[in-house]
Amino acid sequence: MTALIELERVTRTFVTPAGPLRAVNEVSIALDRGEAMCLVGESGCGKTTTGRLLAGLLRPSGGRVLFEGEDVWLSRGPARARFRRAVQLVHQDPYASLNPTRTVQQVLTAPLLHHGIARGGRDAVARATALLELVDLTPPEDMLAKYPHQLSGGQRQRVAIARALTVEPRVIVADEAVSMVDVSISIGLLDVLLDLRERLGVTVILITHDLAVARYFARGGRVGVMYLGRLVEAGRTEALVEDAAHPYTAALVSAVPEADPRITRSKERVRLRSAEVPSLLELPKGCVFHPRCPLAETGLCDVVVPELLPLDGREVACHIALRERRPAAELLGVAAAV
Amino acid sequence: MTTPLLSVQGLAIDYQTRRGSVHAVRDLSFDLHRGETLAIIGESGSGKSTLATGLIRLSPRSARVTAGKIVYDGKDGSADVLRMDDDDLRHYRWGGCALVFQAALNSFNPVISIWDHFLDTARAHGLRHEARTRTMADELLDLVHLDARRVLRAYPHELSGGMKQRVLIALALLLRPGVLILDEPTPALDILTQRAIIDLLRELRRELQFSLIFISHDLSLAAELADRMLTMYAGRIVEEGQVEDVFYRPRHPYTVGLLRAVPRVSGVLGSIGSIPGSPPDLIRLPTGCTYAARCWLVIEACRAEDPPLLRTDGERHAAACIRWETLREQLGTDAEIPVAAKLADAAL
Repeated sequence: MTALIELERVTRTFVTPAGPLRAVNEVSIALDRGEAMCLVGESGCGKTTTGRLLAGLLRPSGGRVLFEGEDVWLSRGPARARFRRAVQLVHQDPYASLNPTRTVQQVLTAPLLHHGIARGGRDAVARATALLELVDLTPPEDMLAKYPHQLSGGQRQRVAIARALTVEPRVIVADEAVSMVDVSISIGLLDVLLDLRERLGVTVILITHDLAVARYFARGGRVGVMYLGRLVEAGRTEALVEDAAHPYTAALVSAVPEADPRITRSKERVRLRSAEVPSLLELPKGCVFHPRCPLAETGLCDVVVPELLPLDGREVACHIALRERRPAAELLGVAAAV
Repeated sequence: MTTPLLSVQGLAIDYQTRRGSVHAVRDLSFDLHRGETLAIIGESGSGKSTLATGLIRLSPRSARVTAGKIVYDGKDGSADVLRMDDDDLRHYRWGGCALVFQAALNSFNPVISIWDHFLDTARAHGLRHEARTRTMADELLDLVHLDARRVLRAYPHELSGGMKQRVLIALALLLRPGVLILDEPTPALDILTQRAIIDLLRELRRELQFSLIFISHDLSLAAELADRMLTMYAGRIVEEGQVEDVFYRPRHPYTVGLLRAVPRVSGVLGSIGSIPGSPPDLIRLPTGCTYAARCWLVIEACRAEDPPLLRTDGERHAAACIRWETLREQLGTDAEIPVAAKLADAAL
């Protein structure tokens, strides 16, 4: 079956004064209709670039971006316009992503009218009202006349989600969509996104640095872990969080501080060989993680780039994990997180 | 019990705005004992950053302390920070109580080297002996696991976020303060960097024996580092207690709401949800409990009077809630399992 949207060995290189910088390196991801997936990683891992590649905002330097099986960068005319509308991005900062001089009504009705989705102004307002209800901004009549500065961070992010929905997208890429709002309301925002998936069958990709958020959002779905431009592990959320196969995933899980004193103070940590993250301009040879990896073997990990291959219902790019076929925590000699 | 190192008594701080006075901190009292780590947890608008700058009298000009005392019991005896003259205040700042600001990674001067930051700080506080400052800087950078020879020569833009945060912590400790205050100590840091900073703070505290206050929205930091914690809401402390008491036996509905709102990586996911509604307008505060509009336990009496901090069942555990006993019944078992798991069965 053809995936709804797919990255096929996509690479993206940026030209910088210091030389070419490979932000995304041969990443393959396929998503079906109505799927929820999280891309997790630290800063500089390429997760945002991957999101922008999925949304068609960046052109890949290598590989293909497919929408319903068609290469989006080869498509022209109506097919291209259809892809453009079908994939929408929700940005991280709701304080910067909304025009301060436009009311909520203007923000929402402009795309409805531009794309001819609404039949005239009155219909556009009716649709905008319905969208505000969909993202739980009630009463919508009060919200329409407001400017962004009159809204809280959480309310603004809901407006940004409603705006993404105006063009009836099939895929939403949410880049750190909750990292700038208060803890007490971030779950509510994640629930709005999950609800859209449920009710409208929208595919949602959440990009986050927070593993706990990923575990909550993609429960029953999938998580992909990125490191220095590579997808190092991807698979069912529960399997990945509870039983990481890649030593990097295991290190992340073990390092996360948890809102539970007993657990967080007794968790065993994975000790990395180095705290320094290599530069994207001078990527390590072989496996990009080998200079920090406690399991790295000379002559193998520093020479051969590991392929992302299936292992126990997930995919992992690690020579050792694939050979030993045991969870990373076991190989690293630490107790599993749960 | 010995006298506390820092004692805040009935502190109130207002901001003057065109719409009226914003009551950012209201009737706030707490003690910090020697060697203790205290977490102050609150969301945006809870007054936690106002409190942080207020503690070293660095509030912006629009802020006014309208009531209260901040008593610091330092080497030269105890004094009210709010009544100190300029000289005493200079000694107290950095020497008694050092603050690492929120968004601290941007608080460097971009055109001078890290060594000049150390030198400037030392000079401003009367340490004129350059070689001695150098020795102290070397020692402190070593303690925060940085290579002093490399880092001192560097300019801020040459350091990563994690390194900058380490330098700031070292710099804050230059005058060996009794209290170190960190406002959002691990902002925008990656998981592995954040982990390193948390472990470092734990190590430094053991090594140098200072008291630590950190102010954050992040409950997991409190779970990691704190001995005691305070929850702030709408400018007031709504709950105060030992970390284990507050996490496993919370007695204020807002704390419960926060604990439920944080998903976890380990253990059961439990019942997770956000808190309905939004915080009150700090200019026109409602009468009665400020959390009443968002609280599922609210009764008529809650709206009559803003409840004071009431002693609850734990040791030095207090909550500003007249319904804390009902909350205890709802949470049921006192076993040390997460609140979200306890609530998974309870009807809310």
